[in-house]
Amino acid sequence: MYIQGVLTVAMINIISATGLAVFTGFTGLFSLGHAAFMAVGAYTSAILTYFLGVPYVLALVAGVLASSVVAALVGYPTLRTRLRGDYFAIATIGMGEATRVILENLKITQGARGLPGISQYTTLPVAAVAAAIVLALARNMLASVYGRNAVAVREDAVAAEMSGIHLLRTRMISLVFSAGCAGLAGGLYAHYLAFIQPVMFTMVQSTQITAAVVCGGTGSLTGPALAAFVFTVAPELLRAAHMWRLVIYGLMLVLIMVFRPQGLMGYRDLSWSTFSTLAARIRRRTPHGKR
Amino acid sequence: MANAETRFSRVSRPAPEREGCEGGGTPVIAECIGLTKLFGGVRAVSHLSFKVDEGEILGLIGPNGAGKTTVFNLLTGFYRPTSGSMLFRGRDLAGLAPPAIVGLGIARTFQNIRLFSNLTVLDNVRSVLYRHAPYGFAQALIRSPRVRRDERRVREKALEYLEEVGLAGRAYDRASHLPYGLQRKLELARALALEPVLLLLDEPAAGMNPEESMSLVGLIDHLRRKHNLTIILIEHHMDVVMSLSHRIVVMNFGEKLMEGSPEEVQTDVRVIEAYLGEEYASAYRR
Ligand SMILES: Nc1ncnc2c1ncn2[C@@H]1O[C@H](COP(=O)(O)OP(=O)(O)OP(=O)(O)O)[C@@H](O)[C@H]1O
Ligand SMILES: [Mg+2]
Repeated sequence: MYIQGVLTVAMINIISATGLAVFTGFTGLFSLGHAAFMAVGAYTSAILTYFLGVPYVLALVAGVLASSVVAALVGYPTLRTRLRGDYFAIATIGMGEATRVILENLKITQGARGLPGISQYTTLPVAAVAAAIVLALARNMLASVYGRNAVAVREDAVAAEMSGIHLLRTRMISLVFSAGCAGLAGGLYAHYLAFIQPVMFTMVQSTQITAAVVCGGTGSLTGPALAAFVFTVAPELLRAAHMWRLVIYGLMLVLIMVFRPQGLMGYRDLSWSTFSTLAARIRRRTPHGKR
Repeated sequence: MANAETRFSRVSRPAPEREGCEGGGTPVIAECIGLTKLFGGVRAVSHLSFKVDEGEILGLIGPNGAGKTTVFNLLTGFYRPTSGSMLFRGRDLAGLAPPAIVGLGIARTFQNIRLFSNLTVLDNVRSVLYRHAPYGFAQALIRSPRVRRDERRVREKALEYLEEVGLAGRAYDRASHLPYGLQRKLELARALALEPVLLLLDEPAAGMNPEESMSLVGLIDHLRRKHNLTIILIEHHMDVVMSLSHRIVVMNFGEKLMEGSPEEVQTDVRVIEAYLGEEYASAYRR
C-alpha cells in the first residue's frame, strides 16, 4: 500500500518532469512556476469532480486545458524576445505567487484550508499508464518538426529565426505542451492525495521539477524521467535523510553543474540503440563537445 | 531527381514581378535604395544603393567595419533600417520579420558560424526542412503515418543537401566536432535547404587555406548554376571574390565607395586607398 503510494507519486512526478524537459531541456527556456501549472490542473480537476460530479477523465482533461491556457496567457507577452527567455522565467515567479494568492482567496477553492475529500481515483496503474502516454507523446513531439524547431531555437535562436523558424510560435507550443503535462500531473496528484492546499504548489515544488530536469540532462527525456523517479523514491528509502532532502538536492545540483553540466544523460536518450551506440562510442572515444 | 524537385518548388512560387526590369535587360531581383543604419552615433550603413541582377554573384567588399554584415542583417530583417528601403522581386522588405523574408526566398550564412552545435550534421539540415513537414501538432503527437512519411522525406532531403556540399559522409557527426572549413560548408547546406532565390554568403571562405577556398569557389559556382541562385558574397579573400563575382560593390565607412567589374575594382585607386591607406594609394598613383 505504502510502496504503491510512493510509486504513484513517482509516476506523477515523471509526468511533470517530462513536460518540463520539453520546455527546458529541449527548448532551452526556464520556468520557475511549473508548480503553479500543477496547481491550476489540480484545482480545476478537483473542483470539477468534487462540486460538479464531472467524470474523472474529463476533469483531468479540463485540468490540462486550464493550465495550458494559463501558460499561453503568461507566455504570449513574455516569450517574444529574440535572444533570451529570461523574461518568461521571471514572469513565472510572479505567476506562481499570484496563483497561490488567488487560490487562497477564492471561495470555491476554500482558501488556505484547501479542498479535502476529493475522490481518490488515481491509482498506481492509472498514474503509470498516464506517465507512459505522456512519455510517448513527448517522444513523438520531439521526433517531429515541432521538436526540431524547439531544439533549433534552444541551440541558436538567431540562426533558427534566420532559417525561418518562428521563435514565439515554437516556444509557445513547447510551453503549452509542458504546462499541459504539469496540469495533468496536478490533476492526478489531487485525486491521489484526496486533499489539496495552495501551499503544496510553491517554488520549492517547482525547484524540484527543475532539479529533476537539470540533473536528468538537457536534451534528454529518459534522463529527467529517471531523475524524477529517483528523487521521489530515494528520500523514502532514506527516511532518516528526509529533513536533508533539500540539502541533498542542492548538493546534487551543484555537483552535476560542476562535473557534468549537460546533466547525467545530456543530449542522449535510453533506447535499444543506446547500447550499440555506447559500444561504438567507447571504441571511438569521442571528445567532449563544448556546450 | 532531387534537382528536378528543387527546381519545381522554386517555379511554384509567385513569379518575380517585372517592374524591376531595366529596359528588357536582366531583371533586377533585389535592390537597396538609400539604405541607412545607425547604431547610436555609428553610421554602420549610410545611403547605400545597389541592385542585384537575377542569377549573378555580386561581391560585397570593403575594409573591416565597412558595414557589409550590417547590410545582410538589414536584408534578412534582423535589424530594421534607420531609413531607406529594400526591394526583393519588387516587394518592399520593410517591417517583415526574418521568417517572412526567408519565406520570400532569402537565406544567409553567418560570418561567425552559427550552427546548431550540439546536433548532428544531419539534424542541422533537417531542422530547417519544416516546409517538407507540414503536418499538424495532433498528428505529430500520435506520429501518424503521414508524419512518418513526411519525416522519411525530410531525412532524404537533408541527406541530399549534405551530399551536395560533400558532407554526407559526416551526417552523424556532431556539428561542433567538424573542422572549421566543413562547418562553413554545413552552413551552406543549411542555407541551401531553405531553397532560396537569393543567397547571402558572409565570408564563406574565412579561415580556409588557399586550396580549401579555391574548392569552395568551385562549389559555390556549381550550386549557383544548379539551383538558379542569385548570390551576394561578402569575402575578404580577394582571389575568391574576384574569381566568383560578376560585379562588385565596394563599401567604406558604411557608404558605397564604387561599383564595377572585378577588373575595375582591382585597379581603382579609391579601393586601394580604402584597403591600404592613403600612402599606398599615392605610391600606386605614381
Ligand atoms: N549591433 C551593433 N551595435 C552597434 N554597432 C554595431 C552593431 N553591428 C555593427 N556595428 C558597427 O557597425 C559597423 C559596421 O559593422 P559590420 O559588422 O557591418 O562591418 P563589416 O563590414 O561586416 O566588417 P568585417 O569585415 O569586420 O566583418 C562597425 O563599426 C560595427 O562596430
Ligand atoms: Mg562582417
